[in-house]
Amino acid sequence: RHYGRGKHTLRVASRANTHTHTTHKHKRMSFQPYQDNGGTGLAIAGPNYCVVAADTRLSTGYSILTRKSSKLITLGPKTVLASAGMQSDAIMLRKVLRMKSVTYEHEHGKPMGTTALGQLLANTLYGRRFFPYYTFNIVAGLDDEGVGAVYTYDAIGSGERVSHASQGSAQALIQPLLDNQVAHSNQTTEKRILSLDDAIALAKDAFTSASERDIYTGDTLQLLIITEEGIREEHIQL
Amino acid sequence: WNLQIKFLHGTTTLGFIYEGGVIIAVDSRASMGQYMSSASVKKIIEINPYLLGTMAGGAADCTFWERVLGMECRLYELRNKERISVAAASKLLCNMVYGYKNMGLSMGTMIAGWDKTGPNLFYVDNDGMRMRHQMFSCGSGSTYAYGVLDSGYRFDMTNEEAYELGRRAIFHATHRDAFSGGVARVYHIQPGGWVPIHPGTDVTELYYQYMYPSRAEGVEEVVMAE
Repeated sequence: RHYGRGKHTLRVASRANTHTHTTHKHKRMSFQPYQDNGGTGLAIAGPNYCVVAADTRLSTGYSILTRKSSKLITLGPKTVLASAGMQSDAIMLRKVLRMKSVTYEHEHGKPMGTTALGQLLANTLYGRRFFPYYTFNIVAGLDDEGVGAVYTYDAIGSGERVSHASQGSAQALIQPLLDNQVAHSNQTTEKRILSLDDAIALAKDAFTSASERDIYTGDTLQLLIITEEGIREEHIQL
Repeated sequence: WNLQIKFLHGTTTLGFIYEGGVIIAVDSRASMGQYMSSASVKKIIEINPYLLGTMAGGAADCTFWERVLGMECRLYELRNKERISVAAASKLLCNMVYGYKNMGLSMGTMIAGWDKTGPNLFYVDNDGMRMRHQMFSCGSGSTYAYGVLDSGYRFDMTNEEAYELGRRAIFHATHRDAFSGGVARVYHIQPGGWVPIHPGTDVTELYYQYMYPSRAEGVEEVVMAE
C-alpha cells in the first residue's frame, strides 16, 4: 500500500489527435514522498554500559550524497537516538523530539530518562500513523538503575526493549551476528556477558563486515559509548 | 520508486473460558515482510491487574490503542469508584478504532478479564467488530490453533489441562505457520486478576515434547529477558 495522501495521477495528453499510430506517452506523476537514504545503526546494552554505532554514508539510488552525515543524536544526558531510513524525516523527527524533551525538562525540572524518551518516540511515531516518518529507530542509553537499555522501533512506533538491535540497510547482515554474539543464540558453548571493550570490538567488526557486503553502508563509523561517566565518541574508518 | 513501509505482522493468539477462568496464550514472533524482526515480542498486553489484551495484526496499532484503553479504564475507575467491566472496556476499544474504520488500522485483539459477571472474553478488531464468546483465536496461525483447541477443549478441564491445551495449540500453530514462532506465553485470569503461568517457553524445545515424546529429555522453561 502506498502511504501518503493518496495516489494522485496526472495524465499529460500526447499528441494523439495528429498521429494515427502513436505510442501514447502518458506522463504519470504520482506523489512520491519517500526515499531511502540507506545506512545502518546498531546498539548493544550491557550491565552498566550501552554502545551505539552508525555509519555516516548518505545515499540516494546508486549515488552517494555525502560521506559525513551523522545518524546519531543525544536526546538526554544518558540517551542516544539512532535513525536509519529517510534522513529528511529523521531530521524532522529529531527536531520534534528535541522540542518535546526540552519542554519536559522545563516542566518537570529534570531531563528525560531513557525509558521515557523511548515512550515519547513511540507516541510521536504513532502520531503520524497515516503518513509515517520513514525512519527506523533505536533508542539506547542507561535506564534509571544504570543498566544498559536498548529500544528498537518500526516506522510507526511499535517498540520493544531488547539487549541488542540493528536497523537500516544492513540490518539483515548485522542482526544475526549480534544475536549470536550478544544473546548467545544457537551456540553450544557457555554464555558469557560482554565487557565494554568486547562490545565495542563487536560493533566495529559488525560494521566492517557489513560495509563489505552492503553498498549503502560504509565511509566512517560513528560510535557513542554511554556509561555512568557520560557519553564518549569514537570515529573509525570503514 | 514506490516504497512501501512494512509493519510488524503475523501472529498466533488464542483465548478460552473454562471452569477455572480464562486462559490467554500467544506466540512472540514479529515479521516485517519476510524478515523476522523479533522473536521476543510481548503480545499479551497488561492493561491493568485484572484485564488483559492480546496483540494480532499491526504491532504499533495494538500497543498504542490498548495503552489508550488502559488510560480510559483508569479514568473510569476514578470517576465511578469501581472497576470497569470487560464488556465496557472492550466497547471503549471498539468505538475508538471504529472512528478509524477503513483507514488502514490492522488490529485483531481479545480483551479478557474477570468482572462482576464472571470470566469474560471479547474479540475486537479494526473493522469495529466486537463479539463475546468462550473461545477465540486470532492471527495468521489461528486456523492451526483452532484445530487443536476444538479437539481438546472441555469446559470442566483442570487448570493444568487448560494451561497445556493453550500451550500446545500455540506450539502447533508456530510449527505450521511461518509467521508465528519464538516463545509460547500462557496467562491465566483468575477471580483476583491475571497470573502469568508460562512467561515464555521456547517452541523449539516444545517440538520434542509434542512431536517425539519418547525422545524428549524434559522441557526446560526458558524465561525470556523482559
